[in-house]
Amino acid sequence: MPNKILYLFAHPLFEKSRINKTFIKEIKNHHHIHFHDLYELYPDFNIDIEHEKGLLLKHNTIIWHHPFYWYSCPPLLKQWIDMVLEVGWAYGPGGTALQGKKVLQVISTGGPETAYHHEGYNHYTIREFLAPFERTVALCNMHYLPPFVTHGTHRLTDKELHQQTEQFKKIIDIIVDETFDLTSIQKYSYINEIVKNNE
Amino acid sequence: MSSDFLLQALIYLTAAIFCVPIAKKLGLSSVLGYLLSGIIIGPFVLGFIGKEGEDIMHAAEFGVVMMLFIIGLELEPKKFWEMRKAIVGLGTMQMIFTILLLSIIFIVIGWQWQMSVAAAMALAMSSTAIVLQTLKEKGLTKTIAGESSFAVLLFQDIAVIPILALLPLLAVNSVDTTIEHQSLLTNLPRFLQAIVVLVAVASIYFAGKYLVVPVLRLVAKTNLRELFTASSLLLVIAVAYIMQTVGLSPALGTFIAGVVLANSEFRHELESDIEPFKGLLLGLFFVGVGATIDFHLLIESPLYIIMLLGIILFVKMCVLFIIGKFYKLSIDQNFLFTFGLSQVGEFAFVLLSFSEQLEILNSEWSGKLMAVTAFTMMTTPLLLLFNERVIDPYFGIKNSKEEKEPDIIDVHHKVIIAGFGHFGSTIGRLLRASGIEATILDNDSDRVELLRKMGFKVYYGDATRLDLLKSAGADEATLFIAAIDSPEINRQLVQELTSHFPKLKILSRARNRMDAYDLMDMGVKNIYRETLYTAVHLGIDALTQLGFRKYSATRLGQKFIHYDEAALKKLGALRHDQKEYVLNVKQEIELQEQLLQNDLHQNLTATDHSWDSEYMREQFTKK
Repeated sequence: MPNKILYLFAHPLFEKSRINKTFIKEIKNHHHIHFHDLYELYPDFNIDIEHEKGLLLKHNTIIWHHPFYWYSCPPLLKQWIDMVLEVGWAYGPGGTALQGKKVLQVISTGGPETAYHHEGYNHYTIREFLAPFERTVALCNMHYLPPFVTHGTHRLTDKELHQQTEQFKKIIDIIVDETFDLTSIQKYSYINEIVKNNE
Repeated sequence: MSSDFLLQALIYLTAAIFCVPIAKKLGLSSVLGYLLSGIIIGPFVLGFIGKEGEDIMHAAEFGVVMMLFIIGLELEPKKFWEMRKAIVGLGTMQMIFTILLLSIIFIVIGWQWQMSVAAAMALAMSSTAIVLQTLKEKGLTKTIAGESSFAVLLFQDIAVIPILALLPLLAVNSVDTTIEHQSLLTNLPRFLQAIVVLVAVASIYFAGKYLVVPVLRLVAKTNLRELFTASSLLLVIAVAYIMQTVGLSPALGTFIAGVVLANSEFRHELESDIEPFKGLLLGLFFVGVGATIDFHLLIESPLYIIMLLGIILFVKMCVLFIIGKFYKLSIDQNFLFTFGLSQVGEFAFVLLSFSEQLEILNSEWSGKLMAVTAFTMMTTPLLLLFNERVIDPYFGIKNSKEEKEPDIIDVHHKVIIAGFGHFGSTIGRLLRASGIEATILDNDSDRVELLRKMGFKVYYGDATRLDLLKSAGADEATLFIAAIDSPEINRQLVQELTSHFPKLKILSRARNRMDAYDLMDMGVKNIYRETLYTAVHLGIDALTQLGFRKYSATRLGQKFIHYDEAALKKLGALRHDQKEYVLNVKQEIELQEQLLQNDLHQNLTATDHSWDSEYMREQFTKK
């Protein structure tokens, strides 16, 4: 029985994003994925908390898909985290509603992989920058999977875009079919590496 | 006497209440409804009222006086000054040519020349009451045709004075003319008369400016609504009386008084105070006209009357149309102008009876001409209807195609906006700023012209008409925005759309909750209540002013809209069972109150704990 994925997508200017349009096309009508376009649903940032909570309860895996802006997520996803992950429900005393669910972050950045090293331009790794998200997931008693990262989107050639999309599709299949081991997967810093190793 | 009065009032009001809504329902103007009710209660059909119809009419002429006061209020002095050329130019041309042509025709058919000229002068008048009422009802006052019509009518009002002075000169036998039109001035030498007239007009101007406004300010301070109403009435009556005393038209006097007061802070109060009186009296006036139509004359010599009617209408319309052409009115505006002013006005009754007293006309002829006058008043609403349904759409649409064809192939846009007033134009501008060109339907031909110049694709005419919708491309359009100002017309439009273009996605403007229910019944999903979003926005600002943080107030507002729309959907479905509905509205209001109060008391914690550190503390400290 394939699991069901809640795909939370947050992009304030989706119509102009080449890579995200390509990715979303692949998963939008996927049988096991509930695609949830946050900026389309809540343009006024007025998130329907009860609706979101209901959706979370119905799905085993949650994907946060967003561009990596200012080393973080776009504001609506932060708003979503602030509003939906309530104390006493998602975390804190009695906050066990999301226990055991898995969270995968899908991000894209303009900078190349080499910039995200301690010696590199940005001084920190992607995983270090994503620590707040990882901790948020942990605080809600969920499992944080290594993120799917696309680097260098500014200079991506059509061929590279195609390769990256193929990788993305494979990862989605793995997540849908749950053909991964929760503990052993933690050795990767990016989930992309599973597919690369298989190639 | 008093029971007689009550009975009369009963008859008039009942007739009006029956006929006017029916006329409106049939898409006719209320003027026709009043006329019909007059005919029905008049001597010819039911015979509830007899000759007193004429007296009623004289009393009700005061409605015309009030109407001109209101028109004056709506017209700022600057605007009035700008119109002076149109008033003199259009006005004189209309009067001179109409009188000339009609006189010649009457002489040719064998009338005495004195009689011909007197009749022609009376028949050249148009009806201020009918024309302005109709224009206002159709929302055409601000169009070029509307303003031109107004200019002509104003000139006629002024022209009545010299005509009354001229008529005695035509008298064949010397008659004692010390009758009702006798005024203070008659015994004065000519130059003194002129001075008195000037003094009267000047005194209205100065009194309006330096006496009336301070007095109104005093009255307003008493905070007694009815006292203000009384002052407004007093003002109009006083001006009318002064004008009548010096022998000027009361309507003209109140018009000047209105213009003088148009810039004062009391403009809107005066307007809304006088408006109901004006409406009632005008209605009464039309009923009176209907009741005085003597159908016996029509039966006795039908051909002659019909021939006269035809000649008069034809001559009047020809003159108007040619003047309109001369003044470069666009074709559709010119038709409106021509048909609008085609009738003979209420001043004709005055002038004809005066001529009869002077023995220029015998009583038979004066009766016949009065009947013809009343008949022409009946034809105007019908002619305008004909213009609206047959001529206008033809020219309106044809024009648009002629203008467009050279540069663009007739592309049907994906979006159609019906109604381009303040509401629709905001939508259109937003769409245009976002690079979307919508097709626009509007029935204000001036606006249509402007929009066409600005490169919009515009169809002129009544948006509820199927053929217009089709030619505007409703078959191919994906989106239709119904943004007409009048909720009734908008509803008619949506009805038409849902039954003939089921695939069309409709976004509809609604004035309020009730409108929204009607639209929901028609299956419209996207309904935008004018009264919701702006009101909530104001409410949010009010909360902010009262010390709420702006973001919390904004979220309360957003939640309120959410509740309200959910409640609308729920109630809309239950509405057909009326009893249940009444119950539910009450419940729903209580629910809404409860929900809001909940939010207030618990600072949104009932459903929403975001960012609430107090709640968080509670959660972590509770055992």
